[in-house]
Formats: sequence, C-alpha cells, structure tokens
Amino acid sequence: MIDEKELFKPVNIEELEAKEYIRPSIGYWADAWRRLKKNKLAVTGLVIIILLIALAIFGPMFSPYEYDGTDLNNVYAPMSRSHWFGTDELGRDVFTRVLYGARISLAVGFVASFINLIIGVLYGGISGFIGGRVDNIMMRFVDILYSIPILLIVIILMVVLKPGLKNIFIALGISYWVGMARIVRGQTLSLKEQDFTLAAKTLGATRGRILVRHIIPNAIGPIVVTATLLIPNAIFFESFLSFIGLGVSAPMASWGVLASDGIRAFQSHPNLLFFPALFISITMLSFNFLGDGLRDALDPRLRK
Amino acid sequence: MLKKLTILMLVVAMLGSFAGCKKAAPAEEMVLKYNVGAEPQYFDPRKATGIPEFTMLLNLFDGLMRYDNQGQIVPSVAESYTVSPDGLVWTFKLKDTKWSNGEPVTAQDFEYSWKTALSPEIASEYSYQLYYIKNGEKYNSGELTNADEVGVKALDDKTLEVTLEAPTPYFTSLLSFTTYLPINKKLDQSNPDWAKSADNFVSNGPFKLTLWDHNHTIEMVKNTNYWDKDKVKLSKIVFTMVEESSTELMMFENNEIDWGPNPPLPELERLKNEGKLTISPYLGTYYYLFNVTKKPFDDVRVRKALTFAIDREAIVKNITKAGQLPATAYVPPGVPDATPGSDFRKVGGDFFKTYDPDEAKKLLADAGYPDGKGFPKFVLLYNTSEAHKTIAEAIQRMWKENLGIECTLTNQEWKVYLDNRNKLNYDVARAGWIGDYTDPMTFIDMWVTGGGNNDTGWSNKQYDEYVKTAKSTGDQAARMDAMHKAEAILMDEMPIGPIYFYTRPELIKAYVKGYYTSALGYTDFKEAYIEKH
Amino acid sequence: MKKFVIQRVIAMLITLFIVATVTFFLAKAIPGGPFTKEKALPEAVLKNIEAKYHFNDPLWKQYTDYMVNLMKGDLGPSFRYDALTVNDIVRKGFPVSALLGFVAILISLGLGLPAGIISAYKQNFWQDNFVMFFSILGISIPNFILATLFMYIFGLKLHIFNTAGWGRWQDIILPAVTLAAYPTAYIARLMRSSMLDVLNQDYIKTARSKGLSEYKVMTIHALKNALIPVVTYLGPLIAAVFTGSFIVERLFFIPGLGRYYVTSIYDRDYTVILGTTIFYAVFLILANFAVDIIYAFIDPRITYSTEK
Repeated sequence: MIDEKELFKPVNIEELEAKEYIRPSIGYWADAWRRLKKNKLAVTGLVIIILLIALAIFGPMFSPYEYDGTDLNNVYAPMSRSHWFGTDELGRDVFTRVLYGARISLAVGFVASFINLIIGVLYGGISGFIGGRVDNIMMRFVDILYSIPILLIVIILMVVLKPGLKNIFIALGISYWVGMARIVRGQTLSLKEQDFTLAAKTLGATRGRILVRHIIPNAIGPIVVTATLLIPNAIFFESFLSFIGLGVSAPMASWGVLASDGIRAFQSHPNLLFFPALFISITMLSFNFLGDGLRDALDPRLRK
Repeated sequence: MLKKLTILMLVVAMLGSFAGCKKAAPAEEMVLKYNVGAEPQYFDPRKATGIPEFTMLLNLFDGLMRYDNQGQIVPSVAESYTVSPDGLVWTFKLKDTKWSNGEPVTAQDFEYSWKTALSPEIASEYSYQLYYIKNGEKYNSGELTNADEVGVKALDDKTLEVTLEAPTPYFTSLLSFTTYLPINKKLDQSNPDWAKSADNFVSNGPFKLTLWDHNHTIEMVKNTNYWDKDKVKLSKIVFTMVEESSTELMMFENNEIDWGPNPPLPELERLKNEGKLTISPYLGTYYYLFNVTKKPFDDVRVRKALTFAIDREAIVKNITKAGQLPATAYVPPGVPDATPGSDFRKVGGDFFKTYDPDEAKKLLADAGYPDGKGFPKFVLLYNTSEAHKTIAEAIQRMWKENLGIECTLTNQEWKVYLDNRNKLNYDVARAGWIGDYTDPMTFIDMWVTGGGNNDTGWSNKQYDEYVKTAKSTGDQAARMDAMHKAEAILMDEMPIGPIYFYTRPELIKAYVKGYYTSALGYTDFKEAYIEKH
Repeated sequence: MKKFVIQRVIAMLITLFIVATVTFFLAKAIPGGPFTKEKALPEAVLKNIEAKYHFNDPLWKQYTDYMVNLMKGDLGPSFRYDALTVNDIVRKGFPVSALLGFVAILISLGLGLPAGIISAYKQNFWQDNFVMFFSILGISIPNFILATLFMYIFGLKLHIFNTAGWGRWQDIILPAVTLAAYPTAYIARLMRSSMLDVLNQDYIKTARSKGLSEYKVMTIHALKNALIPVVTYLGPLIAAVFTGSFIVERLFFIPGLGRYYVTSIYDRDYTVILGTTIFYAVFLILANFAVDIIYAFIDPRITYSTEK
C-alpha cells in the first residue's frame, strides 16, 4: 500500500513566496512619471516648453535691442546678422519683439488655463457627482452661460475696460471653464455608474474618497487633454482679440498681435508673419505632445 | 415628420442663399469693379454722411453743379445762373433733364429735397451743409416751423431761386455736394422708403441703381435717361463691400476687382515699386488734440514742445509712405486763396519747422520741466487702426528720446474714443479732418468757442471774431485775410499739433481711365472707361 | 423622459429671457451711442434722432418695449443700416452662415472621426503618426493665418479659387476648410484618445474573446462609448464654428451673420447686438439640448430620472 502521507509534502511558506513575481509597488504619480519619460514626443514637448519659458524670461535681457526701440531709418529691414528676424514697420528688432511676445502669450496661456481648470473641474465634478436636482440646477446655470456668446461678453468687456493684459486675463478666465465643467460632469456621470464605483461604495468608501481616489484619477485623461488644449485655446483667443484690435496696448505685443499685424504685411515682408506664427505653432505642438503624453501616463488602466 | 420638414426647408433656404448672387457679365459690356468697402448707412442723398455713400450717390445723382474731370465746377442740371449784386440771391435756370424713370426733373424737386433735408423729421446728420440757405438753420432746429420761409423757391418748373444767409463765394462748389442733390418729389411723397432698396430707386445721374445686396454688393448701370449720357462709357459698376484691407489687396492682385481704395500700409512700398499704387490729392490734415483744460496741457509752451519734438519727415517718409506732406500749419494745400490760381497754404506759409527738437527742449524747460523732469505720465489716445498705432508708437518714442517724457498708448474702438474726446476725457488724442468743401472755412470754423467739433476745450475770442468776419462777407480778399489771421492765432496757441497732410493712395488698375478723384474723398465715374487690355 | 423634455423647454425659455435681459443692459452700458460721430451733430438733429428712436425714454421703458416686440418676433430696426431691420439682417445672413457652418461641421466630423478611429486602432503605426501630424497642424495655426495662406496660395498664386467672394459653389471650399481646420483636428485627437480609453476596457476584451468579429467589436461596443466625449464637444464645436465665422466671413467677404457680431458692438447698433446674440443663443440652446438627447441614447448607463 502507498503511504498517502508521502504523496503530499508540506509546502514551505517561504518557498511559495519566493516563486511570486516580485515587483516593487510604486505610487501612482511615480509610475506616471516613469511612463511619461518613455514617450519621446512628450519629453520633447516638455523640453521645448521649458526652453520657451526660459527664453521668455531671460531672452529680452540679452538682446542688444529694446522691444520698443524704434529706428525710423531702418524700417522693414530684411533678415541679417544684426537683425536675425529683420525689423518691423518702425525699425524695431523682430527677434526681440518675438521673445518679448513670448512673455505675454505664455502668461496668457498659463493663467487663463489655470483659472479655467480649477473652476471647471470643481464645478463639473461636484455637479456630476452629486447628481440629481443639484446637478440639474448647476447644469442649467452652465447652459445659460454657454448660451451667452462668450465672444460678445468678452468684446463688450474689453470695450468698456481699457484693452490690456490684466483685462485679457479676466476675460479669458471666465470664458472656458464651462466647457471643462461639462466634460468633467459627463465623465463623472458615466464613471459614477461603473462597477468599480459601486464596488467601492459597497465596501463602505466615503463619497469624498470615491471622488478623489476613484473618479478623478479615471477622469484625469480627458481633464488633462482638455487642460492642455486650453492653453492654446487661450493663446488663440488672445490672437483673435488682437486681430480685432482688442489685444494688449502698443507697443507691447503678444504673438497674436505680431501675427495679426503680419497678415497685412506678409506679401512684402513674410518674416513679420512667419516668425510669430512659427512660435505660436511650436508652442501649440509642445503643449499637445505633452498633453498626449500626460494622458497616456496618467491613465490608471494603462498601468503596467 | 415635422423635424424632417424643418431640416429640408433649412437646406433649401441655405442653398437658396446662393441664388441672389451675380452671374458673369456678357463680353461687350464695360464693367468696373470698385471696392467701396462699407455698406451705406443711408442711401438717401439728404441723409448720407460717409465718403463711400458720397461716391456712390454722386454717380447715381446729378446736382445743379458738378466738378468736371479737370476739377472745375461747372453747371450740370443747371443751364445757367445769375447772382444778385449783394451776393444773396441766386437764380438758376434748369436744363431739360429727366429722372431714370423718364419723368422730368423740375425745380420743385430741388425745392422739396432741400426743404425736407432741413426738416427736423428727416433728422439728417448733414443738414448743416444747408445752413447757408436763409433760415435753414432756424427751420432745422425747430425755431421756425413754416418751411415756406426757407430761402429756396421754385419760381416755375425750370427756375429755382435761392436766398442765402450771407454772401458765400464758394456756394457753387457746395451745390455739387450730396446734400444738395435733388430727389424725385412725387416718389418720395408716395413711397418714403424708396431709398431703402433698389426696387423703387429713382435717380437722375449718369448711372441708375439695379442691385442692392445689403452688406455685400451694389450694382448700377448706365442711365439712358441721363441728359449727358453720351459722355458715359461704362455700362456697369459693381461696388463690393470688402472691409478687410489684406483681402482687398489680394482680390485686386488676382483681378477680382479693378479698384481698391484701402491698401494695407505695410505693402505700400512694394505696391509703389510695382506701379500698382496711384496717389491722388486729399484735402485733410492729421493732427493731435491737446486737452487744454487739463494740466500740463493748459500751458502753451508744453503744447508747442510736444508738437515741435515730432519728426514729421521721418513719419511721412518711413511710415505713411504715400507722398504725404509734413504739416507745418493747419489748413492743407489744395484750397484756393483770394486770387484765382493761388493756394491758401502757399500764401499762408509755414508756422514752424517740420522738426525742431532743440526749440522743443527749450520750451519744455521754460515751462518748468527741464529734460522732462517732473512731467506727469500721460495717455495718448487713438482709435484702433494699424496706421494710427504705428504713428503713435513712433511719436511716443520721439517724445521719450527728445524730451524725456513718458506716455502710455491707449487704443479704443471708434465710438468709445469719440465719446471720450467729446467729453474732454483724455490727455492727448489723435484726430483727422477731411474738408467738406474746397474753402479754408471747412477747416477754420472747427475751432470756434464751443464748436461741436472743437474737442479741445480751447476758446479764443479773437479767433471767433475772425471767423465771424470771414463768414459774413463775400469779399474774397477780406475773407481770406481774416482766415489767415485766424490760422495764425491757432498756430500760436497750438491747441492742436498738426502732423501731416493727407493723400489718397489707392490701387487702381492701369486700364481704368477717365475718372475724377476729388480731393474731398469721393470719385466720379461719369466719364470713366476701361481701356482694352 | 417626457417630463425631462418639458423641463428643458421651460429652462430654455428662461435662459433666453435672461440672455436677452443681460445683453440689453450690458450693451446699453457701453459709452457712446450709434450716433456718436466724428463730425458732431447739430443739437436739433440729435434731438430729433433721439426722439425717433426713443433714446430719451427711461431705460426700463426701452427694455420692456424691446421685450414685448421680441415676443412678437420683431427684433427692431438697425441703427447703423437705415435700410435694414434686424429681422432682415438675420434672415439674409443666417442661411449663408448656416451653410458655411454646416459644410465646416460636415468636414470636421467626416474627416475627424474616421481619422481618430484609424489613429487609435493603429496606435503608433504610421497611420497614427500621419493623422496626428496633420491634426496638430490644424490646432496650432490660428484661423486668420490659415485663411490668409489659403487665399494667397490657392487663390492668388495657383488661381484655383477666387481669393474671396460668395456665389459659386467653389467659393465655399476655402472658407469652410479654414473654419473646419481646428475642429477637425480637435475631433481627431479627441476621438483617438477616447477610442484608446475604450479599447483598453475589459468589456472589449470580453467581446473579442467571445469571438465577435473585429468589425462588430469596433462598432457595437467600442464606437458607441467612445463617441461620448465627442458628442459632448458637439456643443462647443457649433459655438466654435460660429465664433470662427466672424474672422472667416470677414476675410473671405462672405455675407453671413458672423461678421455682425463684432461690428454691431463697434457701431453700438443695440438692436443688432441683441438680435444676433439672442438668435445665436437660441441656436446654441437647441444644439446643447440635442446633444443631451443623443447622450441618453448612446450611453444607457446615464439616466435622466429626477428621483434618486
């Protein structure tokens, strides 16, 4: 007879554990950063943005020209060693003006996007999460705001206030959060009904914990994409305002102002349009790459 | 079902929006495509106020007098006229002419037009042009309610008698002006809205209105009922309303239009070199206003310092680049003086140098701000436009470098800017003035005390006196003398700082000929034609 | 559901009322009026004009007069254009803008959606990079620059189209493409991002492992859910097309409603400001309403019940 006892050997706990596949458990954000670094495009974007910020802050200090230094005997000079991008209608150095414009355009982009992000996420998240009557009222309010053409309000505002940087911040700050709120609310609504939320609730998680640890990380994808695209939106809107004459006051110039002026000169002096447009595009590209990268990096379901 | 129907209707409406638009003209026609750039506010000659309207209306209508292609004022609907010895009563004999609908043009039409133009009900913004007529102003303000007391009367179908308030030697040139054009009395009495569409529009000029696509295009064709129709060679004029200057330029260069009056400033150099630019005289002055009720602009030395520190040559050579002249006085060249063939500006001469930074520095120091020390930071106001901005930026820099003073630039859109100017809510503001008629008075009478267009708060009794003198006599020598003296006072006290005299740089195809570009801003196409090309 | 619809209709009317009121008082608050001119009007004439247009009535009376007319469908006269009423302006301009906007939206969806789907499906392959490259161009160039470049290249230099104008069917192409550039790019990216999210979900894996054809997986399971963020964007899309239309209509010389939005403010043409704003608001409200209805059909998990 076989000794049954010999068929079964007691298993050693340590042996069992040794056979598990061990990986260090890292936090959510560290994991995201690791993934982001792998994305070459996103890294390029980030690097360019940092470069642009540095150029914006320090660039004008190193230029021999002032951004408002006119030289009426040297108007519309072509590109040359002393004027890398040529000169404009008043003989001012275009390269210096573009660098100076970076300050204004980037400031507009960041500040406006930031304001809209905060307001939009909070508003939409709370509205979608609480749901029901509160959601109804909050969304009705949003609908009303949506329906007053932002354009109109901003233009009327800019007409009454003096055109200027501070007022552009105000105008843009109230313009876009509505879109963000809607998207966040939409996401929240659908995420709320998903199984993992139900599961968390069943396990006894508080509403706050569900919102912060489950809903927002899952909603982050669209939030980040939207926020990243809010920056170019803000810069675009500012260039629209410049085009209709409501931009920053001369002689200050954002890229939008430079590009708008460039439209009326581009056949004779394409450099006046090309360079501001180029910088606008590079900035947009960089933020988009970064945004895409962030989206992929922050998606909790893509964790490996 | 209803939803589908609505969508269908919407689609049909959208596709139908294409329908109202032009088809190509047949080959033999001579068609001129002119970008007038703006939709008319009023298309009734009694009410029209803008230069685009003037251009179109002066081609649709014909007045008692008209400027010919040599710039001479000649009788048009009028056959001849006589003037009473005191210069107050003018009697016009009319030719036998017809309206575009075949009806005869009568003196009663003229009488009716002018009287209704002055009526408070019509509320015409240019009614002040008719104040030269006796009791015109009183009737317009409501002081007088009986229109019969206004000094224009039709003695019979072909005779018009006009009584003036005061002798006005330039009255003949006024008669070519839009506000003095006739309208069809019968039409206006039966259909007061005739001027709102092309359907019922009747006129008596070289062309008649055939299409008015609001805010898009206006078309007019040769008027076969026009008394001088043999001189009219164009078969059709198409007026487009493109507002964007860069678009106008591209349309011109792509042969989609033949005439663009608003080339973008940065392209002027290239356009000049490529021979595409035509520069014509324009009776106007570009200047800065000083708010004399506000410190430190109440000090004449400050105003003069700011004015002299501007390098006008540099501005017209490097910025405006269309042959403008630096302004060293207020009234531009192109206005006749007392002796025929003379020019008011030539006679009056210059009042200061085109650029005098040393004198400017000295004056500023005398005023108590040596090298600009202690000079308050102020605001230079201009209305949104690329040209005004560029000039303001240049001058801001000139003031900083020459005088050591700082100012900030503020652009406001048109209405806000005008409102602030009117209310004296500014420090220094940009302004421009185009003459309404070719006599210095159109410039001089602006600055009288309390004048509606005097946005400076400046007042000078002697100046007012000179203006009054010039307005009350028909003696050209006396008038001109008074106006020269007035201008001297103006330049001595400098409530305004003249910068340059205007010109009209326009894009005109070389094959367009026979037109008359008036220095007052409008263009007459009566004898225009298109050369084979 | 019916209750929901009725609620929304009431909400729409309230919204419109608020929009009209707010805009009315805002517009009247700007300095300067429609008859503020450089050549100042004689006192008497000014008085007559003000009397004619009731500018001297107390503000409350002007407001109530306006609202009463509004309910009758009368948007009032234009102050800037003597020959036009606001109803005329809207009637003439809207079909043009609608056609232009419609074509632009068609292009945006017709190009953007497939582009985004393909891009997501072939993530990181050349199709993905190709689509992403163009969509990034579309997002990064402001539309007035695009418009000018198109006019210059395809109009002035290549003579394929007129640089500007409206009347032949070809005239719609350049402006519509200019208007559509940004939304197309945006939709492509949004669709891609959304598809990627969906394709990684478990229920997709389940569907595939069940043996469903790839086509069925994509359409029945993936697409419907992936469309949600895009549907959310439809509202802003229409708004963006309208906003963009001002620049595009102005540059391409198109007789639509878009250019009135801004010029009416400059001209202080109060009735046109109000008329276009209200019209625009009606349109947007209806569009958002439609979007919410579509939402309900696409995502069965979203409910619109008012009880909880």
